[in-house]
Amino acid sequence: MSTTALKLADVHKSFGSSKIINGVNLAVAKGERHAIIGPNGAGKSTLFNLISGFYPLSAGYIELNGHMISNLPPHRINRLGLSRSFQVTNIFPKMSVFENVRCALLWPMGYGYSFWHLCDRLKKINAKAEEILERINLADRRHIPAGLLAYADQRALEIGITIAGNAEVILLDEPTAGMSLSETERAVELIRDVTTGKTLLVVEHDMQVVFNLADRISVLVYGEIVATDHPDKIRQNPQVQEAYLGKESA
Amino acid sequence: MLEYIIFSLLNSLVLGMLLFMLSSGLTLIFSMMGVLNFAHASFYMLGAYFGYQISTAIGFWPALIIAPPLVGLFGALVERYGLRNVHKYGHVAELLFTVGLAFIIEEGVNLIWGRNAVTYPIPKLLDFPIFTLFNTEFSAYRMFMLFISVAIFIALYWILTRTRIGLIIQAALTHPQMVNALGHNVPAVFMLVFGGGSALAGLAGVIGGIFLVTEPAMAATLGPIVFVVIVVGGMGSLTGAFVASLLLAAIQTFAVGIEYSLSDLLALVGIRAEVGGILKDLWRIQLSHTGPILPYLFMVLILMFRPKGLMGKRET
Repeated sequence: MSTTALKLADVHKSFGSSKIINGVNLAVAKGERHAIIGPNGAGKSTLFNLISGFYPLSAGYIELNGHMISNLPPHRINRLGLSRSFQVTNIFPKMSVFENVRCALLWPMGYGYSFWHLCDRLKKINAKAEEILERINLADRRHIPAGLLAYADQRALEIGITIAGNAEVILLDEPTAGMSLSETERAVELIRDVTTGKTLLVVEHDMQVVFNLADRISVLVYGEIVATDHPDKIRQNPQVQEAYLGKESA
Repeated sequence: MLEYIIFSLLNSLVLGMLLFMLSSGLTLIFSMMGVLNFAHASFYMLGAYFGYQISTAIGFWPALIIAPPLVGLFGALVERYGLRNVHKYGHVAELLFTVGLAFIIEEGVNLIWGRNAVTYPIPKLLDFPIFTLFNTEFSAYRMFMLFISVAIFIALYWILTRTRIGLIIQAALTHPQMVNALGHNVPAVFMLVFGGGSALAGLAGVIGGIFLVTEPAMAATLGPIVFVVIVVGGMGSLTGAFVASLLLAAIQTFAVGIEYSLSDLLALVGIRAEVGGILKDLWRIQLSHTGPILPYLFMVLILMFRPKGLMGKRET
């Protein structure tokens, strides 16, 4: 058994003639919290879409726990133990908070698409959904349509959905974007809590969040990783400061 | 007058529920896959012809059971081997694909069954008046249609709100990507919904082909009305499709029986309209003759003043 949860080897992605990802190599260890930072347009979200199977690779390969997952459809990758969130909040707005979580639990807990079984009778799923709602502090609002939750709570719900299936590898795309300072602090606490013992790959713009949360950081600039290191080293790396941090603080 | 109102209400209910059987599938397919399926009414036509063919061979009742799943299977195959491959070229390509499919089905029906309407009679068991009110008879077959379509409505509602597959479908209506990322096989769900929607259209054809007429032009006749229904109801809204189906059926049914013209209306409020002159033809148009325009007029007005439709949540 390897200790690498997620491995990207020489991954390329082009859309037509424009090269978005240019030979990315990355190894995320089991249990590691790994952040990807980089200026806008660096290809961070594209990288997520490649890993989770939403885009086909142009070249290179990706392994999840030693399984080759390049070019598998998203649901297959999810079933192999990788779960992701999206940059734009992707909850199901018309369904209740509880149903949102339940939806995320059906497949991982072994329930397919039979339409002769009533949802309300699935005791195991309902108990597990309750447990997740407690963890993300939304148990008291379980019957509200998810679209009516406050923004920060919607993002919390999305994190809840993402981790619900108990995937080993979690990908979060800008989980604290658009949050106030105190909301961000709470979100970081939540993320730290729910990813304990799991592997986390997170794209984030908020440097405070990144340096608080990540064990290691990779800097992606124009489709290439220019540095991967511990937060303190990244902070001091002149190449990184020029490419990214310098611009941010200016 | 009371007789006219009651029977028009009953008839619009029959037509409205038939429209809903078509529009529910179309609106589900649209909001889930983003595909505006121009061939949807063609599946309705296939249902009618399959129903007719099976009826002449082994009777109406087996046809009622066999034809809709056949159409559904055909729809699922179209999704799996047609639309899914076209999908990567975007929505315009998908739209053109369904338009082409509609023509293929129409010409295919022409080839096999000919250009004229086929004789697809009411089954003997239902060929009697079920009740007589004010000397007007209401046929048992219409009552049967109403019964089938209400049963379908209840079943559809139950599946979508109470079952696992319904939960997934509802979730995929707004965020198919997220559902896919949660480990659900969204392409398979798409195929299922497309097949299911086609089967519903097929069922509408089996029973509607008798009620209306079974001919190669039937898809082109009903198709636009179904589109009006989902635009007026709001793209992707089942409740909207339900309300709009009944509303449009009522508008059409009632308009046919009202023989007032503009000049009559003006006379009613005491204005003697100029019945000669350059506008003389306009004054004499009877409301009953405007029946075919009214749904489209209604749609244009809805698009102008409430573009999301009556119940729609999504910009189209």
